[in-house]
Amino acid sequence: MNDKYPPIVDGKSVYDLDSQKYLKMWQGPQHPGVTGNMSLELDISGDQIIKCNTHVGYLHRGFEKLMERRRYINCFPIVCRICVPEPDTNEYLFAAATEELLGVEIPERAKWLRTLDLELSRLASFFMWIGGQSGAFGSGTVAQWSIAYRDYVLDLFEELTGARIYHMYMIPGGVRGGLPEGWIQHAEKVLDGASKLLDEIYYVTFHNSVFKSRAKGLGIITPDLIDRFGVVGPNVRGSGIARDLRKDSPYLVYDQLDFNIETETAGDTYARTLVRWKEMHQSISLIRQIIMLMPKSGPLYTTLPNVLHLKVPAGETYVKAESTRGEYGYYMVSDGSEFPRKVTVRGPSYSHGMALLEHLAVGVNIADTHGLMISLHTYPPEIER
Amino acid sequence: MNKIYEDLSSRFTLSDYHQQRDNLAFVTVEKAQLVSAITYMRDYLKFTHLVLMTSVDWLEQGKFQLTYLLHNYELHVNFGLKVMLDRDNAVMDTIHHLWGHARVYQRELHEMFGIDFPGSPGVNEPMILESWQGPPPMRRDFDTKKYSEETFDHRPRQHVEPEDYLRQNLYPED
Repeated sequence: MNDKYPPIVDGKSVYDLDSQKYLKMWQGPQHPGVTGNMSLELDISGDQIIKCNTHVGYLHRGFEKLMERRRYINCFPIVCRICVPEPDTNEYLFAAATEELLGVEIPERAKWLRTLDLELSRLASFFMWIGGQSGAFGSGTVAQWSIAYRDYVLDLFEELTGARIYHMYMIPGGVRGGLPEGWIQHAEKVLDGASKLLDEIYYVTFHNSVFKSRAKGLGIITPDLIDRFGVVGPNVRGSGIARDLRKDSPYLVYDQLDFNIETETAGDTYARTLVRWKEMHQSISLIRQIIMLMPKSGPLYTTLPNVLHLKVPAGETYVKAESTRGEYGYYMVSDGSEFPRKVTVRGPSYSHGMALLEHLAVGVNIADTHGLMISLHTYPPEIER
Repeated sequence: MNKIYEDLSSRFTLSDYHQQRDNLAFVTVEKAQLVSAITYMRDYLKFTHLVLMTSVDWLEQGKFQLTYLLHNYELHVNFGLKVMLDRDNAVMDTIHHLWGHARVYQRELHEMFGIDFPGSPGVNEPMILESWQGPPPMRRDFDTKKYSEETFDHRPRQHVEPEDYLRQNLYPED
């Protein structure tokens, strides 16, 4: 045992903050580690963390409480605000849960458009993340490139849905509109640029000795931690386990698309970064496939009765989708009235950002905390809702 | 799905089985048997992933419904175990020894619904609502409007029309 660490008595580390050997330090709520506000209460010895406590609650807006008093269609503008950089997963899951309880089947073309929207939002969210990841290790250049390029993806969203951030595109029953004229040509241009930019990012990031020396060996997720902390998504794929909801329990039209689950074996920050970088290429390829295969005509939505007086039959369901962080789920309970009895959002950041981070942060340098946090890809609004 | 249900029902007292989809089912377990049922499912039926833990407030029946949703990575199925608790005496056994993130869920349930999990580490610490004085806010009998009227002072609206503001600044004599 390193003598930097305090002695352990009865399973708890004992240290005296007054001895001036240990120091308590707060990181956050505003810091480069996460997209959102979340703070870490660190006990440090030298520059190593010996204990980490996460504090959330800076973004609590009580969405689940608000949804209890609103009709299903009124909940729609609320759910997308649960995750700012990737709101479409929330829209899709809320719509899918409502449709399942109503027993509504959506048209084929709406399924393809929903998949297109989900993949585009995955790409936009990854662009946000890769800027933070390399920025946390001191390479601000990549952050400038990627955040700037994300705006071109948001332009595509604006053309398709009319909004840049909160699209509210997937209404219960289908989608709001089809592809506008010229959208495919614009998308081709943006996707070509994106894959070129990704190759440049590869050379700047993964061939960079600073990035390699800091990211390799940082925050290793060993296989025994995976089930204990409920690790999902790219974090688990970075540890060599091929789990992806799009393959394992396909939803929408993912079973008709051609893609492989990307994995790496090391389980550290470097491996997770590489997995996500590969998934960005995967998203680009999936968007191209969707554009090629999707039906060009057909109905966009199933007509529902007046949504303001919609009564959903009593029942409960759980729907899930693969977001950029892993399994995102909605658990919805209806009591047969016009209002949802309870909607619970299962954000992947819930397990990654709290319990797992507190476990992994021990022994990490202060300077690497941000790199570790963002390599787990935490969006705090999912934790507190 | 039915096989899992038969296996479980031969060991535990179950009721209210409901299969929602091919890969999703819910069943109600007795309160005293929940932890052993969930341990059995984790260790023998390979439901190794705790997806979520949540509570539904059935105010009319005076019950809390606790839902534990589990996932099996080999069969790719979800199974939800439900427990009904009395609202007046909402105490449940902890499962933090089975999953690391269960203690975070239990901490949130304690804060939001007032369901106690004795023995769960840090369950009494505030998680989201630091320095909250009122009753647990996610209970259905918690009246948000009444609480905010009683707790916070009314601040009179200070609104000035831009037109009036400009006129006062540009032509104070008028």
